[in-house]
Amino acid sequence: MTEMDPAVERLVFLMSTGLARGAVLALFALSLVIVYRAARAVNFAQAAMAIVPVYVAFAVTSASGSYWLGLASALVVGALLGAVVERWLLRLVPQDNPLPGIIVAIGLVMVLQAGLAIAFGPDHRPVHAPFSQRPFDVGGVSVLSPYDLFVLIVAAVVMGGFAILFNRTSIGLQLRAAAFAPETSRLLGVRVPRMVTLGWMLSIATAALAALLLVPTGLGLDPHAADVLFVNAFAAAVIGGLDSPVGALVAGLVVGVLASLVTGYASAATAPLAVLALLTVVLLVRPHGLFAAREARTA
Amino acid sequence: MRTLDLRSGGAKLLLRAGLLTLLALGATFLLDPYRNYQLATSAGVFAAVAGLTLLVGLTGQLSLGHAVLMAAGGYGYALTATWVADALAGAGGEVADGVVGWLLPLLAGVVGALVASGALGLLLGLAAARLRGPYLAGLTLALVIALPSAASTIPGLAGAQGISAPFVPVPDALAALIAVEQWHAWLAILVTACAVTPLVALRAGRAGLRMRAVHDDETAARLAGVDPGRVKAGAFVISSLAAGLGGVVLAIVTQQVSPGAYGLGFSLLLVVAAVVGGLGSLGGAAIGAVLVTLLPWVVDQATAGLPADLGHRLQGNLEIVLFGVVVIVVTVLWPGGLSRLLPTKKLSQNTQLFQNTSLSQNTER
Repeated sequence: MTEMDPAVERLVFLMSTGLARGAVLALFALSLVIVYRAARAVNFAQAAMAIVPVYVAFAVTSASGSYWLGLASALVVGALLGAVVERWLLRLVPQDNPLPGIIVAIGLVMVLQAGLAIAFGPDHRPVHAPFSQRPFDVGGVSVLSPYDLFVLIVAAVVMGGFAILFNRTSIGLQLRAAAFAPETSRLLGVRVPRMVTLGWMLSIATAALAALLLVPTGLGLDPHAADVLFVNAFAAAVIGGLDSPVGALVAGLVVGVLASLVTGYASAATAPLAVLALLTVVLLVRPHGLFAAREARTA
Repeated sequence: MRTLDLRSGGAKLLLRAGLLTLLALGATFLLDPYRNYQLATSAGVFAAVAGLTLLVGLTGQLSLGHAVLMAAGGYGYALTATWVADALAGAGGEVADGVVGWLLPLLAGVVGALVASGALGLLLGLAAARLRGPYLAGLTLALVIALPSAASTIPGLAGAQGISAPFVPVPDALAALIAVEQWHAWLAILVTACAVTPLVALRAGRAGLRMRAVHDDETAARLAGVDPGRVKAGAFVISSLAAGLGGVVLAIVTQQVSPGAYGLGFSLLLVVAAVVGGLGSLGGAAIGAVLVTLLPWVVDQATAGLPADLGHRLQGNLEIVLFGVVVIVVTVLWPGGLSRLLPTKKLSQNTQLFQNTSLSQNTER
């Protein structure tokens, strides 16, 4: 086998790492899309709500020694948290205007993140990945690590699962109907409030999974560990069009690869600026994203 | 709706603003230096919260990034003031020593702050004109997250370390009378008065009417000859200028500007202050600003007696939990916030934001 050009080698490495990061982003963006479709609202507390189950997973894994038990508990706690917040908090908020919902979400972020800092202390906690993070060597080129591969597989399975759920099952049909025509579907016997709660449960569980997958690749676990993930995923969700799961997937991968390339070729500090620039351009050119259905005209 | 008649109303407004400013200046004599420092900080926060509450309350645009606009003002002030001060020092000793030595850099710094925050505000305002609720909030959130990156990427801003702003000394005539903290509190009050008074006039005048019209029904406003894009962008710029002046105050008081001081936590505190005070209420903004400045200090005092580990955990976090709870409770149970306690002529404008109960997708539950 011939030696590869180091520049190409570097590009391959950055692209493949970006793909793994992008998969996590796409998963988190998908969670934002699910909640947007269910409740017509962007959940600004998604990062804080996702990190609470990760702390639970951390505690369970430390106590039992099993990563998988921790992962399962994160999913369950995430779903429960989604249901509790939707039923007991957000239903109290007027829904006709997005502002009160966003403000309540900000209040929730403050309570959850500062609450975690009080309960667990302010330090970063190192979190170990269940698989090695040393990249594979393919023909002299380092590409994905086993952990990256695990992340990609999990993301693919979850997204495939959602595709089947939404398109092939009765629950999925009810979820979509409740999101797109709540009043008509209620007349047809769909329990719309139950579907909204289910949407929140699925969304927060997915977000918790994304945060859990992200944490071993970062500085460690702290209450703000998912903040940047949220901002990047929001950008991806908006770029894809907030109500399009396919858009979230594509845009998540694109943003992940872009961030990886910018980090590799410029500096880590430049990546948030690149994402900000991309978000601004897309919002100015197509305010409702690239994949979204057209909104009703207003004048 | 009553709008302000500029000839008689304007004079009355200026008189009221002048009296309130004098009252605040007089109050500084009753406070010790540390309290004066806190007063000056609250004044700076008040300027930014006043701009934010006007933006959210009147036009319904939520910005989570007002801390960045304050930072823009702070950087603009520090860079310009330092540059002018250096130029004066180079020009010769006599000019630099007198009143001109600190007044000229100060004024130039304020202009620099207005230019910096106004330019950033205009960019955001142009985006805001095309965007609705969650999109604008998300964009401004991304802006806050990107501030440390911007500070380390843009040359001259010195990264996380930040830059220093020139010290404004007490003038010789006052040196025997007041301490430097009180002098800085005076400057803070004056700058804040310059930031807030135009907002009061605007809110009561035609511009305020247009903002409410656009907020209530964009299509109807357009049919009535109001350009919603221009109104939204204009409101954002005005709000940014007030926030920029708030940044000037903090730069004068702390003599430095760094991205760490204007992070996400601080930006959310500005939103908290606006919500707790009652969105759209400038009097409420003052109460909210004092609250978010003083409560952390009160919590610090209260937790000082606790065991070191527990105190360490509560410090900086307990007040955030309290603020979060208060924001949720105010939004759900008590829209209008503390401004309800203030003697106002009409309450409806502050509270209507949360009280439209038209049938929509999710209200049938």
